[in-house]
Amino acid sequence: MFGKPSRTGRTLQYVALAGYLIFLGFPLIWLLSTAFKPPRELVRLHPTLIPTNPTLQNFVQAFTEQELGRAALNSLQVSLASAVLTVLVAMPASYALARFRSKLGTVALGWVLLSQLFPFVLLIIPIFLVLRQVGLANTHAGLVLIYVVWALPFALWMLQGFVRNIPRELEEAASVDGATRAQVLRRVVFPLLAPGLVATALFSFISAWNEFFFALVLIKTPELATLPVALARFVGIEGTARLGPLAAGSLLATLPSLIFFAFMQRRLSSGSLAGAVKG
Amino acid sequence: MTTLAERSDVERPGRSRRPGRSRSDRTAIYLLLLPSLLPILLLSVFPLVRGIYLGFTDARAGRNVGVNFTGLENYRQLLGDELFWNSFKIGLLWAFGVTALQFVLALGLALLLNQQLRFRAVARVLAVVPWAMPPVVVGILWKLVYHPDAGLLNEFLYRIGADGLRANWLGDFSTALPAVIIVGVWAGMPQTTVVLLAGLQGVARELHEAAAVDGASPWHRFRHVTLPALAPVIVAITSLDFIWNFNSFGLVYVLTAGGPGGKTMLPMLFAYEEAFRYGNYGYAAALGNAMVVIIVALLAIYLRRRMREAN
Repeated sequence: MFGKPSRTGRTLQYVALAGYLIFLGFPLIWLLSTAFKPPRELVRLHPTLIPTNPTLQNFVQAFTEQELGRAALNSLQVSLASAVLTVLVAMPASYALARFRSKLGTVALGWVLLSQLFPFVLLIIPIFLVLRQVGLANTHAGLVLIYVVWALPFALWMLQGFVRNIPRELEEAASVDGATRAQVLRRVVFPLLAPGLVATALFSFISAWNEFFFALVLIKTPELATLPVALARFVGIEGTARLGPLAAGSLLATLPSLIFFAFMQRRLSSGSLAGAVKG
Repeated sequence: MTTLAERSDVERPGRSRRPGRSRSDRTAIYLLLLPSLLPILLLSVFPLVRGIYLGFTDARAGRNVGVNFTGLENYRQLLGDELFWNSFKIGLLWAFGVTALQFVLALGLALLLNQQLRFRAVARVLAVVPWAMPPVVVGILWKLVYHPDAGLLNEFLYRIGADGLRANWLGDFSTALPAVIIVGVWAGMPQTTVVLLAGLQGVARELHEAAAVDGASPWHRFRHVTLPALAPVIVAITSLDFIWNFNSFGLVYVLTAGGPGGKTMLPMLFAYEEAFRYGNYGYAAALGNAMVVIIVALLAIYLRRRMREAN
């Protein structure tokens, strides 16, 4: 971009890049290393960057003693339900939004942007009161409901883009050949929409899997806690030897979204999905 | 694509050229949209409106407590609430600090990633990983780094012989907020970098070549070609970052829970405590309203200044 930089320029660039790699990478290496360290190494006065006697003990301990196993199952259940429901609900609406242009598409996008502006505390109190009234506070069903609603505007916007990419001519050709509307949808639109449906489901799954605030407020029974909430509680437990299982649990909690990002990496780095996944 | 766009324009409801289909179509559209719209209205739009309203009431936790409209009483109380002002100041320091550092560091990284450098692929992957981590995990990760006894940072300082600099980073009054801000920067850099990199790749190569032919130095080309071309992207991402940072919760909740001594009590944490520890729903909602007004005001000032500069 700046043409051919001088040799000192190049050197400076590499120094800067090394700085970034250290800043970005070392905390991650530390998490990995802590997760594989036996208790004896964790309490050592001067810990090493690489574990001398790596062990899987922390993973076992995290999932047996600290009940992170149950929390992971809870998270899996809630996230899967959210993903499936989001897709089922968003599919018909996104088709309507894409094929029959209306102002609603703009409204949905506007709502995505607007909802970023409002702190969750404004929403959580009324949502909490409403859910309590219908007996869904402190249940997974209530949590799923919230997650679906919060994933919906973005899911709609994303899916209708996928629908728009399916040439309308294909549908018209099928109906000329005598297919009914339902057949057109099932045989033509649905198969072509599959990648979009997968992407939407993944998006919804990950938002639910990572979500912390709503789960913290809405779920009071410890047995129902999702993984982020269970991990956050775990942080409060003192003791350096406890750091191992904590790191192991954190690592496993990251896996699903890491897989998702590896899957989306190409599109993310090309920028076409840059605004897609929020922090 | 254009033909598709034109066609769907033709079928825009109300302007249809085939009025015979329009009514049944409209019913079908609403039937398709209903399963999405109803939940959004009930669990997103309604709670928001109600939340805004609660900010003007004395709503409290408890099943049989009446809710009275109290007008601006909550806000009068807020103005005199020292804890609120303190939290608000910390929130601004946090949001401005994180957004500014995020931007500068992300721009630097994006410029580097836009070059033909070795290890670029590694940096690209590393730059995205924090994005893939749940905020709670980012908090835990950095708690491990800052840990006073078993932490990476203190151990590093010891190894380079700077033992005197070792500190209880998250527990000390003077270091807690800066330490937390660094974590915020680390967590939010990926989005900013990816967006800026996409913007950089959109800057026309010809402009650079022309400027280079005219003898402009790299710095001049950056200042007068790259930056102006990037301006709209910069404004968009810094605005979004600022909103996200101001409203962030999970990260700092895990790191310090607002401590030590309220030194990292971001407004969101403060509101959470008011609502769910003390049960002051109305007051917490008022705080939320105040935050929205402040964010909108700050964004308006920022965007107006940028617009004026652009003209």
